[in-house]
Amino acid sequence: MTAHTGIGAAVRRKEDFRFITGAGRYTDDINRPGQAHAYFLRSPHAFARIKKLDTAAAAKMPGVVAVLTGADVQADKVGGLICGWVLKGKSGEPHKAPPHPVIALDHVRHVGDQVAVVIADTLAQARDAAEAIVVEYEPLTPVIDLRRALEADAPQVHPEAPGNLCYDWEIGTPKSEVDATFAAAAHRVSLDLVNNRLVPNPMEPRAAVGEYDRGTDELVCYSTSQNPHVLRLILCAFILGIPEHKLRVIAPDVGGGFGSKIFCYAEETVCVWAARKLGRPVKWTSDRSEAFMTDAHGRDHITKAELAMDANGKFLAMRVDTIANMGAYLSTFATAVPTYLYGLLLAGQYTTPQVHCNVRAVFTNTTAVDAYRGAGRPEATYVVERLVEAAARHLKVDPAELRKRNFVPPDAFPYQTPVVVAYDSGNYANTLDEALKLADYAGFPARKAEAAARGKKRGIGFSAYIEACGLAPSAVVGSIGAGVGQWESAQIRFNATGSVFVNTGSHSHGQGHETTFAQIVSDRLGVPIDQVEVVHGDTNRVPMGMGTYGSRSLAVGGSAIMKACDKIIEKGKKIAAHLMEASVDDLEYEHGIYKVAGTDKSVPMAQVAFTAYVPFNYPPGLEPGLEESAFYDPSNFTYPSGVHIAEVEIDPDTGITTIANWTAVDDFGNVVNPMIVEGQVHGGIAQGVGQALLEGAVYDKDSGQLLTGSFMDYCMPRADDLPSFNVGMTHTPCPHNPLGVKGCGEAGAIASPAALMNAITDAIGTEIQMPATPEKVWRAIQANSSAQAA
Amino acid sequence: MPTVTITVNGKAVTREVEARTLLVQFLREHLSLTGTHVGCDTSQCGACVVHVDGQAIKSCTTLAVQADGSAVTTIEGLADGQTLHPMQEAFREHHGLQCGFCTPGMIMTAVDFAKNNKNPTEAEIRQALEGNICRCTGYHNIVKAVAAGTAAMNG
Ligand code: FES
Ligand code: FES
Repeated sequence: MTAHTGIGAAVRRKEDFRFITGAGRYTDDINRPGQAHAYFLRSPHAFARIKKLDTAAAAKMPGVVAVLTGADVQADKVGGLICGWVLKGKSGEPHKAPPHPVIALDHVRHVGDQVAVVIADTLAQARDAAEAIVVEYEPLTPVIDLRRALEADAPQVHPEAPGNLCYDWEIGTPKSEVDATFAAAAHRVSLDLVNNRLVPNPMEPRAAVGEYDRGTDELVCYSTSQNPHVLRLILCAFILGIPEHKLRVIAPDVGGGFGSKIFCYAEETVCVWAARKLGRPVKWTSDRSEAFMTDAHGRDHITKAELAMDANGKFLAMRVDTIANMGAYLSTFATAVPTYLYGLLLAGQYTTPQVHCNVRAVFTNTTAVDAYRGAGRPEATYVVERLVEAAARHLKVDPAELRKRNFVPPDAFPYQTPVVVAYDSGNYANTLDEALKLADYAGFPARKAEAAARGKKRGIGFSAYIEACGLAPSAVVGSIGAGVGQWESAQIRFNATGSVFVNTGSHSHGQGHETTFAQIVSDRLGVPIDQVEVVHGDTNRVPMGMGTYGSRSLAVGGSAIMKACDKIIEKGKKIAAHLMEASVDDLEYEHGIYKVAGTDKSVPMAQVAFTAYVPFNYPPGLEPGLEESAFYDPSNFTYPSGVHIAEVEIDPDTGITTIANWTAVDDFGNVVNPMIVEGQVHGGIAQGVGQALLEGAVYDKDSGQLLTGSFMDYCMPRADDLPSFNVGMTHTPCPHNPLGVKGCGEAGAIASPAALMNAITDAIGTEIQMPATPEKVWRAIQANSSAQAA
Repeated sequence: MPTVTITVNGKAVTREVEARTLLVQFLREHLSLTGTHVGCDTSQCGACVVHVDGQAIKSCTTLAVQADGSAVTTIEGLADGQTLHPMQEAFREHHGLQCGFCTPGMIMTAVDFAKNNKNPTEAEIRQALEGNICRCTGYHNIVKAVAAGTAAMNG
């Protein structure tokens, strides 16, 4: 009955009306009576000792309510910001966790570090007063470069982390075994790879409003958070020491996150703390320049990657040595990203029997680095897929053919990799074949020749990625250091007249949960989709949940909703059986209708719901009401996979790369709303293309100044940088969750950088590092032709 | 403080403002029209686009006093009650938005573009959106939406 709005239908989004009419409600749109505004004074130095901090003049400026410093934070016993994942290194020692003060105490450690906060009646007054704060710095030599950080004489970012080393970690096959395989292998390829540092830049800047009610001793924090309950937990239990029932976190409409809004930052902490301290609501909204300096950045690895093969091009072993940048402080989940979210994916789609990965994480005087769309998995895919294509060139084998020789075959699932994880399902060759067709791979040589006739260099590149979504199960994730469980919650609450609230612990900031989750409930319970209201983002309205990250919301949150639906159906059965004077065992259920098998008797869910709340004719002993909660803790990750094929054309005179075709064929298992899934793929590709062609956070290596601190200097992908994409799908259902879904949010960003860089390498015949700016491409072409001329 | 009179979405409003007040602040803070967004501080992102006397402009780079005596249309003024403007309808139909933050600026830019370009190519649409950044959609569906919305407006 719900074919047009049920699971699998491209339902137009329920949330769109408010966004297209300007009626969305983002955190900065919220203003509370009597609110004051916070403005942070930030360090202009990458590394310095604060010799003197004098706020007296600023405090007397017009409109100023308070000027607060690190000393005030300390005096009020506000804790530091935390890293919630304890990572054990090779030696069994936990990672180094230097203090991360909410406002700097004696040292500042990156440009943009908080030095003081001014709270005033208006933002302009707060900003003016900040100018009157006197700070004397003793500048120290910063360390910016990753390799430099590990040198014996490098400046030390934290006394607690000697050698700037946060941890030294390894995973996979013992190194000695891998080394032996390499020594004996017929073929070896090796690459030095830079995974460039990115600034997430959701279009809505971070913001927070803190509010205190003296009468009830309750605090409210409006925040641009992807996971309001996790934020509440961290603020209450670790930083502010207030009971969880006295803090309500509301993440209203949130304008994109991409990981950067998972974390607990200094600014929302200050808004909540100051609101209570001053007895006034306190609001802070980041401007874009602040966002560049303070939102956790992404990626930033340098890696030596090697692949050993036998004479037939069968992969024998991979050896990966990575240095990962943590920045100056550890952000909330920073330690897990270049380790468990990276090393575990290095087998890719292949049967490579041995993989060894070593990661050293280092502190530098730069902004903290943490999860950004894909988080570790784009870095892993980049390593694997660049290596595979280098191998194909080395062996002079077609890259598609070489992949097929090494794919995990479809009958080998569940497939245990040498790096801990076991893949659930997939059909990699099938997906590749679909992609080859969609990209007209067979026609590529003709297109290349035609481009050459016009003086253009055309190249094609593949990326066959594997992803792991929905970190799970909790017990396993806990055993490797996670500080929180990885389940999700759902609550389905019928109203007497048949409409439904679906309260979910996951959070939507562009993903369209209000539509897809409603589709699931509408499909399972037979409630018209416009009668289903999905509620998220308010810790007082929804059960404790983990929020949205790692493409987990449908696989984990959606599965929790399915479980809650099942409970509703079970209870409803008793009511329906009573209404039809039949035995529960004789009842059949489909899409909201209970039937007595073999008769024409039936009762719809709406009548069951009404009866549950008006229980006049009701099964004896059964509780009234129709409302069920469920918590779902998955038994495994899900493993989406796919193939992206980039085809580029390069102008050798200018070095400009134009994307001629982009083909993506993804296997996300079952799909609830194909329109939304395709949109997620498009957006992911754009971010991956951004990384490969345009984006890169650049610090001056001596002064530590962020040179790319605005949209003038940091090149965001714009409409005319991108083509339209050919998107296809295959469907190998996930075998271990009730929806058979795998997750789609990060795939595009994971797959695309390798595909694009492989295509550029194919076109120009030289390996270059991301971002492949016209200048770099042009220089590579020039170097090539002078090498050939010599 | 200077006084400005601006016709916003068809209604004349008169307010005293600090001279440094930006048009976007005037709309968001003085009039509580929060549909117009601020996504940057360098006039790059287009989240703040509104129409001043029918032309798309970036309200983060315009002082309220500069708009004195003008007619301003914001995203809130585009629909006719519950009846959406064809460009709004096109964005919904073609899934031209995800988080919705860039959307008001995108739609206001697109409406102005569609008035002056009856039958644009994909390349022309992409170029017209150059001043509007979207981090979510990869532009694919925005381009489709603008094409459809332009056709509907001129059909
Ligand atoms: S706010 Fe970014 S251009 Fe106006
Ligand atoms: S829809 Fe999120 S920025 Fe465009």
